[in-house]
Amino acid sequence: MELFKEDKIYNFLGRGKIFFIASFVLFFLAIAIIAVKGFSFGIDFTGGTVVQVKYADTAPIDKIRESLKKSDLFEHATVTEFGSPQEVIIKTPASTIALDNDIGDTTAKILVGTGDFEIRRVDMVGPKVGDELRVKGLTAFLLTLLAIMATVTFRYEWRFALAAVIAIVHDIVITFGFVSYFEIDFNIESVAALLMILGYSIHDTIIVYDRVREHIEESKNTDFVMIINEAVSRTQSRTTLTSLTVFFVVLTLFVFGGDIMMGFSFPMLIGVIVGTYSSIFVAAQLVVWTGFSVSGYRQKMAEKVRIRAEKEKMRAQFEQGIV
Amino acid sequence: MKLNFRLVLLIAATVFGILFSLPSLTQSDRGAKVTLGLDLQGGLHMLLGVKTEEAVTSQLKSTASGIARFAESNDMIIDGLNADESAVTFELLDEDDATVLDGYLKKIEGTVVKASAGSYTLTMTPAAVEKLKVQAVDQAIETIRNRLDQFGLAEPTVAKQGVDKILVELPGIKTQEEEQRARELISRAAKLELMAIDEDRAARVSDMSEEEAVGFGDKILLDALVPQMKHLVRELPILDGTMLTDAQVGYDQNNNPVINFTLNSEGAQIFGDFTSKSVGKRLAIVLDGKVYSAPVINERIGGGSGQISGNYTTAEANDLAIALRSGALLAPIYMMEKRSVGPSLGADSIRASLLALVSGFGLVILFMMFYYGLAGVIANLAVVINLFIILAMMSLLGATLTLPGMAGIVLHIGLAVDANIIINERIREGLRAGVSTRRAIEEGYAKAMRAILDSNVTQLLACTILYVYGTGAIKGFAVALSIGLLASMLTAIVGSHGIYELFMNRIEKNKNYALWFGMTRKAK
Repeated sequence: MELFKEDKIYNFLGRGKIFFIASFVLFFLAIAIIAVKGFSFGIDFTGGTVVQVKYADTAPIDKIRESLKKSDLFEHATVTEFGSPQEVIIKTPASTIALDNDIGDTTAKILVGTGDFEIRRVDMVGPKVGDELRVKGLTAFLLTLLAIMATVTFRYEWRFALAAVIAIVHDIVITFGFVSYFEIDFNIESVAALLMILGYSIHDTIIVYDRVREHIEESKNTDFVMIINEAVSRTQSRTTLTSLTVFFVVLTLFVFGGDIMMGFSFPMLIGVIVGTYSSIFVAAQLVVWTGFSVSGYRQKMAEKVRIRAEKEKMRAQFEQGIV
Repeated sequence: MKLNFRLVLLIAATVFGILFSLPSLTQSDRGAKVTLGLDLQGGLHMLLGVKTEEAVTSQLKSTASGIARFAESNDMIIDGLNADESAVTFELLDEDDATVLDGYLKKIEGTVVKASAGSYTLTMTPAAVEKLKVQAVDQAIETIRNRLDQFGLAEPTVAKQGVDKILVELPGIKTQEEEQRARELISRAAKLELMAIDEDRAARVSDMSEEEAVGFGDKILLDALVPQMKHLVRELPILDGTMLTDAQVGYDQNNNPVINFTLNSEGAQIFGDFTSKSVGKRLAIVLDGKVYSAPVINERIGGGSGQISGNYTTAEANDLAIALRSGALLAPIYMMEKRSVGPSLGADSIRASLLALVSGFGLVILFMMFYYGLAGVIANLAVVINLFIILAMMSLLGATLTLPGMAGIVLHIGLAVDANIIINERIREGLRAGVSTRRAIEEGYAKAMRAILDSNVTQLLACTILYVYGTGAIKGFAVALSIGLLASMLTAIVGSHGIYELFMNRIEKNKNYALWFGMTRKAK
């Protein structure tokens, strides 16, 4: 089976403006949504407690709320269905957690009489841990961006690196705009998803860049726009196919992973789509706008080759001299 | 058909993968198995913080007790002896005693003494404070480990995290009751102190404020058994649990469980001296800041043994004895994070992630076969071997498989076929351009290699950073994904190439591109 016409070169850059506007609008819309709605941070970040309770029959949510009112501990508690009608989670933004006064024990005592239930999960996170996680998450994100900048600069050129990083930020902001809009819990798994999208996005982009580099090195063409059109067209089938396979597995995670994986699977699902879009329509074009010059690059390459040849020559002479 | 080195590598990798993943897959007792994370098998995970600064305070307090004892035994009179979190301060009334006292103070390690006109300030050097804090954390880890070992739980993990944090993982905990017991056992300071009741003022304790008590060098403590009952004790203890050598459960005359403790020779000496001087007065037995009993001293008590009674059940008395035997915590610990997962939820998570794994895998395999024909089958074979290698490596490394780790593996299946997609697309391009099959395959691999390497390196970088900065379960995700990436270089790039080489003559002969590469059109 073949999805794409083998030799057709699509004029991606010809319609560059449309995609640019689309990206621009989406990007700032996402920022606006995040600014207005914010994220519903999970307790990993805010500190607090989560108790997951499973009932033998449908969970009596009203009865549970009624019972919880009896205790000061649950003053700001929220009770929501989780995964199935039998299951609920009780979230409290408790600021202090005591070793001896366990929320699991307390919950079990308070809920007596609401039905036949089992406490399946108790998570308590102190406020200090959340702060640390925030700092760590942000550091990890920035460090990864920096590492990507460095490797792409080393393997290609700084303009490619800059374009790649802009594309990554574009992907991530849009993805998390969706996370904010749909009020998906932002937890530690979401940070992992964020870094994975980052990795996936750069992976896709590099495959395209590799083709661009190959064309620059092997053809005599100096029209950068044409080179990019060709590179993107040639990698398009691969980009789409891989995205499909990744999309398949992320979709199964989303469907079967349940609510507990939602913080990971949802951003991944969106991220794969946005990442694919950006590596086809955004990343390569951005290089054009950074003012990359094909002949300049070729000159630099030639210079590199010349220097290497010279070094070889000197080494040869040096060795001869010794002998 | 001839064997080539790539194929040999692939076969070796396959044998390795299957062999070392077998123990995990069959759950046999022999060989290294992959450990399931607490989120998958259920259990209790705690991150404990250590209040290290309180270790410094209690060190200074015990220094102060030593000074008090020294002064008394040398007939010196010192006044206003006080110890707080930063220093010990006191006044020496008779300056003639200064040389003897200075001699004693000089021998206390890690302290700086400042004295002017008989008023002394004793502080710890920063190095000593630092050392003590490290020691407090290490001792807490050791103590918790001891206590858990005696509690009889399977495979507890107690490890230091960062500078002053302790990670405790208990996979064996299944019920809420067990959890509560374990938590109490761990967090119990188990600080035993023997303190003198201030008999001169004890009668006024009910309407004395904390500040007043401090003014007298006393402390108000609550009774452990009778609610609201208060005791007035001298602030500096006579001795504490560090001089304890043993604690055992026994029974008193009414057959109630009690704890009998034994002191070491130094403790026995101090205890004997004190009791001989304090006949008729009361001695408070204080555990974790609460008075358990305050018997009247009838005579000198030699031998250095005592008893704590407190309406215990046998199980409670047992846990307390364990805590006392394993020693007091130098510094109190507090809960920073706790996650407990019931075994049924863990089983559900395993089921859900396996379902995602199998269905994701199925989709990818079908798609690849459908799209690429036999080339897709080769890619699929590479992925299957890859999965075995991931499992084998994780078992050998003793890595933990967590729920995010499972997600990582599922995600990896989607990513792993990418290398083969890139290669296959290149091969198709070559075939379309009309080069020979052999050249198309060789060039396809050569050209695809650079892109695959570049992108895998950046991915590995991202995983490494995730591992370094991630916590707990997320580390499992990074490990699973990194191993998968490395393994896929071997299986998807080298291994699949080997398979092509094996069949090269056949492919060249029958020229059936639809079968081999899923191309509907014949190459030129």
